[in-house]
Amino acid sequence: MDPECSRLLPALCAALADPGQPVADDTCLEKLLDWFKSVTEAGSSLQLLRDSPCLVELLLQVPQAPGLSPRVLAFALRLAGLLAAQEACFQFLQGELLSGLFGEAGPLGGAAWMAPTVRSGWIQGLRSLAQHPRALPFLAELGALDTVVALQGDSSLFVASAAGQLLAHILGLALGGPAEGPPGPPACDWPASAQAVVGHLEEALSAATAPRATQALHVLTTTFGHCHRPWTQGLWARLSPLVARLLEKDPVPAAHPLVDLLLSVARSPALSSDRGWWEMAARALGSLRPAHAGPLALGLLTLQDCPQALSAQAFAVLLQPLACVLKAAAQAPAPPGWPAGPEGDAAAVATLLSSRSACVGLLCQTLAHLELLQPLPQRPAPWPQAPLLGAVLTVLRFCNGSAVPAPGSDLGGHLCAVLAGCARVQRAALGLLGALYEDAGPPELVTQVFAVLLDYLRSPDSSPTVLKKAFQAALQWLLSAPTPPGGCAPDPPAQPFLGELLPVLQRRLCSPCWEVRDSSLEFLTQLAGHWAGQAGFRHALLASEVPELAWQLLQDPESYVRASAVTAVGQLASRGLHATPAGPECPGGPQKGVLPELLGVLAADPEGFPRRAAMQVFARWLRDGHAEAADAERFVARVLQAAGRDLDWEVRAQGLELGRAFLERALGRPGPPCPDAAAAPEPAAPAAQALRAACRVGLPEFALRALFDCDRPVARAACALLLLLRDQAAPGLSLPEAGPAVAALEAALQRWRAGEQAQPPGPLEPEAVLAVLRSLDLEGLRGALAESSDHVERNPQSLLQDMLATAGLRGDNEADCY
Amino acid sequence: MKLYCLSGHPTLPCNVLKFKSTTIMLDCGLDMTSTLNFLPLPLVQSPRLSNLPGWSLKDGNVFLDKELKECSGHVFVDSVPEFCLPETELIDLSTVDVILISNYHCMMALPYITEHTGFTGTVYATEPTVQIGRLLMEELVNFIERVPKAQSASVWKNKDVQRLLPSPLKDAVEVSTWRRCYSLQEVNSALSKIQLVGYSQKIELFGAVQVTPLSSGYALGSSNWIIQSHYEKVSYVSGSSLLTTHPQPMDQASLKNSDVLVLTGLTQIPTANPDGMVGEFFSSLALTVRNGGNVLVPCYPSGVIYDLLECLYQYIDSAGLSSIPFYFISPVANSSLEFSQIFAEWLCHNKQAKVYLPEPPFPHAELIQTNKLKHYPSIHGDFSNDFRQPCVVFTGHPSLRFGDVVHFMELWGKSSLNTVIFTEPDFSYLEALAPYQPLAMKCIYCPIDTRLNFIQVSKLLKEVQPLHVVCPEQYTQPPPAQAHRMDLMIDCQPPPMSYRRAEVLALPFKRRYEKIEIMPELADSLVPMEIKPGISLATVSAVLHTKDNKHVLQPPPRPAPPAGGKKRKRVNDDIPDCKVLKPLLSGSIPVEQFVQTLEKHGFSDIKVEDTSKGHIVLLQEAETLIQIEEDSTHIICDNDEMLRVRLRDLVLKFLQKF
Repeated sequence: MDPECSRLLPALCAALADPGQPVADDTCLEKLLDWFKSVTEAGSSLQLLRDSPCLVELLLQVPQAPGLSPRVLAFALRLAGLLAAQEACFQFLQGELLSGLFGEAGPLGGAAWMAPTVRSGWIQGLRSLAQHPRALPFLAELGALDTVVALQGDSSLFVASAAGQLLAHILGLALGGPAEGPPGPPACDWPASAQAVVGHLEEALSAATAPRATQALHVLTTTFGHCHRPWTQGLWARLSPLVARLLEKDPVPAAHPLVDLLLSVARSPALSSDRGWWEMAARALGSLRPAHAGPLALGLLTLQDCPQALSAQAFAVLLQPLACVLKAAAQAPAPPGWPAGPEGDAAAVATLLSSRSACVGLLCQTLAHLELLQPLPQRPAPWPQAPLLGAVLTVLRFCNGSAVPAPGSDLGGHLCAVLAGCARVQRAALGLLGALYEDAGPPELVTQVFAVLLDYLRSPDSSPTVLKKAFQAALQWLLSAPTPPGGCAPDPPAQPFLGELLPVLQRRLCSPCWEVRDSSLEFLTQLAGHWAGQAGFRHALLASEVPELAWQLLQDPESYVRASAVTAVGQLASRGLHATPAGPECPGGPQKGVLPELLGVLAADPEGFPRRAAMQVFARWLRDGHAEAADAERFVARVLQAAGRDLDWEVRAQGLELGRAFLERALGRPGPPCPDAAAAPEPAAPAAQALRAACRVGLPEFALRALFDCDRPVARAACALLLLLRDQAAPGLSLPEAGPAVAALEAALQRWRAGEQAQPPGPLEPEAVLAVLRSLDLEGLRGALAESSDHVERNPQSLLQDMLATAGLRGDNEADCY
Repeated sequence: MKLYCLSGHPTLPCNVLKFKSTTIMLDCGLDMTSTLNFLPLPLVQSPRLSNLPGWSLKDGNVFLDKELKECSGHVFVDSVPEFCLPETELIDLSTVDVILISNYHCMMALPYITEHTGFTGTVYATEPTVQIGRLLMEELVNFIERVPKAQSASVWKNKDVQRLLPSPLKDAVEVSTWRRCYSLQEVNSALSKIQLVGYSQKIELFGAVQVTPLSSGYALGSSNWIIQSHYEKVSYVSGSSLLTTHPQPMDQASLKNSDVLVLTGLTQIPTANPDGMVGEFFSSLALTVRNGGNVLVPCYPSGVIYDLLECLYQYIDSAGLSSIPFYFISPVANSSLEFSQIFAEWLCHNKQAKVYLPEPPFPHAELIQTNKLKHYPSIHGDFSNDFRQPCVVFTGHPSLRFGDVVHFMELWGKSSLNTVIFTEPDFSYLEALAPYQPLAMKCIYCPIDTRLNFIQVSKLLKEVQPLHVVCPEQYTQPPPAQAHRMDLMIDCQPPPMSYRRAEVLALPFKRRYEKIEIMPELADSLVPMEIKPGISLATVSAVLHTKDNKHVLQPPPRPAPPAGGKKRKRVNDDIPDCKVLKPLLSGSIPVEQFVQTLEKHGFSDIKVEDTSKGHIVLLQEAETLIQIEEDSTHIICDNDEMLRVRLRDLVLKFLQKF
């Protein structure tokens, strides 16, 4: 602790212990605790107490002070716990002080206990304190265990949760042993405190009420989740019969935490080899309701070492809702390749599916689980791609009313009614459909996939979010469509889909709903990025009105749409697919190039998003060697000129990115060129030439001004760029003498530093730039900028001063009043 | 209570309810789909239409070729279009006491009912309904009268001839009752019989029932109706909407606790979401105009057009359409746009609030001000000077058989650049387009029907919980084209009763109670006696006076003084005979106490037997039975009147008299 803090601490402690003083807010107290934590972690707590006796004083006074704020009380409890975490300090504080704080004499028995903050502080204090074996007798002496058990049912969720975690911690502390080895002593030889906790858990698990069982399950989940020591085997062996008994009840109580517990056990390396556990998991899959069995099944399937039989059972449970959907639509036995599930489950699932909210919830959950499972290496094999695709398509058809239920199927009729127009299920199903693209499937199913996607893209009833998902899924399926070696067009069925897609896209780009226009443009950008090389696609796109519509959307009233239009137009232009830019307002008028148009956006758009998008396009053009950026110097000069005075810091930062790309290019380190780049990168130039080129485009000026930008990320980027310029572009140049140009530049720098918007002193000469770069302490600046902006305010001294000032304020006011 | 169903069209209903001696007609919609069988009436001479070949029978017989013309494989009647009227034979329409109108679309048959059936009653409707209904009727009359057609085809209607015709003419129903359009004079006469009402206003009909219009949220001034007596309540729901469009929102709460709910006027396109359709409408419009094409929107002069214009107002700039002219052509275009702005009290809350700013509630005022929207009574006159292409034209009639729309179909039909966008759901767009085939113009079908869909109906029914639901038969099964969609039908318990055209339904509840008032002086004279806690009884002797379906108990007249002899007795002075009534008995006989009393009075050898209905007390010595049941007591003793009277008096001791 630095001397200044030591000096301030007594006053602060006195202020905290005084009920009449206003208390600093919670954040300050939290920061103070953080500071104490770092101090105790770095050294001896005992020494801290010896150096700052005011702390002991504070802890002694707190329980005695009536009317003290609950926040200060909670702070004191947590501080005491923090200090007593070290055994030496615990011994020092043990006795009157700790029991005065945590025992009956403390807030436990008083009115302050009503405040959840105090209860929470009490638990957290004990949680911090319980780090060494000596803590256990202390807790037993206090009789803390019963209180903690009772607090599991506290009205405050934070308190209840912390109580559960404390119990798990006490158990871990009591039973702590080697990380590996035999399971440890038999349960009957466990220490008393462990016995007591386990006794509580046993009692709760046997209780008739679900909330008590839930509390016990939470404690066990935490225990098995955090501790993988051998003793956990003994604990599981002792408690698993009680858990198994829960599974026998119908309905299974506390199903959700039970699933969490089972999965926590499954993930524990100490327990997963327990054969009994796998049997229990299998039983749980059978007895839990579908809504809870689903998450368990997913959890089991994501395990690395799940036995084959259990994995098959879990997969069947997971797929059961979709099997019911398929059955409702086809009335046929499950399709080939579909894991068979038990009949009883199917009936339960069918019942669930027939109620609206349960059906939507269960289907969304199942679809989301499958989407998560699909890319995992440990997913079940063989993966039933074809039936799964069929099922997702059936769900999507139920959702748009085109599915025909099996004759006589009540469930089919219900699904028609429940799913028609249900956007939630539509989104989930399209999400899964998109994820299934990797494994493709039989051609006739792929044809159906494209047909259903087209239905969704066409339907006026598709909500904007559904449409976005449909676009994403369509893109994934298109990207996965094989293209023949000639590369002129994708294979069927993607080819006819592409043909149908453009009129739909055209219509969507004219939608009155901006979200639709926006996602259509994003889709167009990605589509063009991937398919631009295919002659068939190029031809169809250029023959359609899509490029022209994208161009027109540069004028959209919605800034997000304009930003997406900028990106799309930039992409189309870089692929030679841009529209003839003659809008309907001036048919036959002079054609306007893409670059002037996008520069216009950068210079004049009132919103930040389109300008940022324009900068990204420019940077990409430069990196890819696009034709518009063929005359790189002129191009960069124009862009930097437009971006230099932008009010949006991201635009300025991207200006620096562009500058960096230019510099690297000039230095002969260009990025990967675009396959159909219009211009080859310039040959590597000597460093001096690069500096001169940078000066010609106004890069140093741009960067130097940005160095004093009020937005730190811009300043950091500028600093990095200038360092690159100094170190790379001019390593060999000797320091020139300070001339008038340098003086003028330094004067400008001074003004920029002062935050003035002064004009630069004309075009900068390389020599002047170099002189300034050498004179600037760029490394120092980089270090200063790397500090977070609140590093000054975050130091403990400042914190203590602030808290004292808050306390002192009250005194001043009183004096004024007097 | 009976319901006479005069129309089979679910959204153009015409039903008659007989309820408590009143005869109430609920709506009188006019089914105009019959006009689809006729050739369009072009405003400007159309060589194409006039040169269509006559239709001849398979055997080459050409006797119908003047009446029927063939176009692209379809046969049309070349005559003034005719309409299919509601059933007029099922019930004597001169007995109808009142007609309740729910919205302006459901009153188009009014002149046929009020002017030609001997109807002498009153019509009730809200003010916007009447005003906009008048506009619709005037437009219709104008459309038809301004293209006079000498020929009136009737031979094809002959049943023997009709059988020989191709579909759909062959299957057209009751063609003999189809009538030509009414005249403006008949419209005025019919509308003069309307009495204006406001929402929630209670209207007494002959003292028997009370009718109340409620906001239905579908159109300006559209209403549902409550028809109730003291003990029965019938709700009539017709053309309602829960969407937030321009009219006042629907009043659902007042429909609660109905004995019968007659449900008509649901959406005709249950699978289309109006929001999605509006999006589709604008996308198609923008695409066409951007390509230099024209857009034609066949529509009614009021209703959805207000919402479309409002969306257009928001969309026009963002879609880069500010330079495109929008034309609204209808003989009543001006009145419709103006009327919409003055019915503030009938509008939704947001629009009402605008009036206080003050601003016009609908933004089409601004569109007109800025010259973006122009309106004309017809294509003749100013319009032909201002007409600029590409443009968007809103005009009628949605059937494409008459009105200015016929001209634009002929004008633009040949170019694939142009688009016709159907937004009105009343007519099949394929049938509407049939006489214009072959057609190069693009056709987009975006039906916008804001009326209740089946999900909304099922929520509504759950909320208002009527005892019985009555609806057109179309709503009790899924639409034929989507037979698997079990969700596209009314699902309620008990299942709804369905009706079809020309059917009479006996509604499933009987009148059980009637409210009778007691005059204060009579009430004052009553002496109630509590026979059970909370229940008191009193005997009443009074005269029941019934007039105008109101029943009043009045004190009985005092016995008249002995007749003077000279004064001639008038019939009205007849005094009902007031016999001296025996007291009424009530209570029950506690058997054990009764037996003790008998024993006290010297009866012995008493046996009590329990029967299913009560008890039998057996006086063996006296050979007498006393049967005590819940509502009767019999003393059976052979010819011993003295004994019987003694026993009776003992029984009476346990009962209360009043």
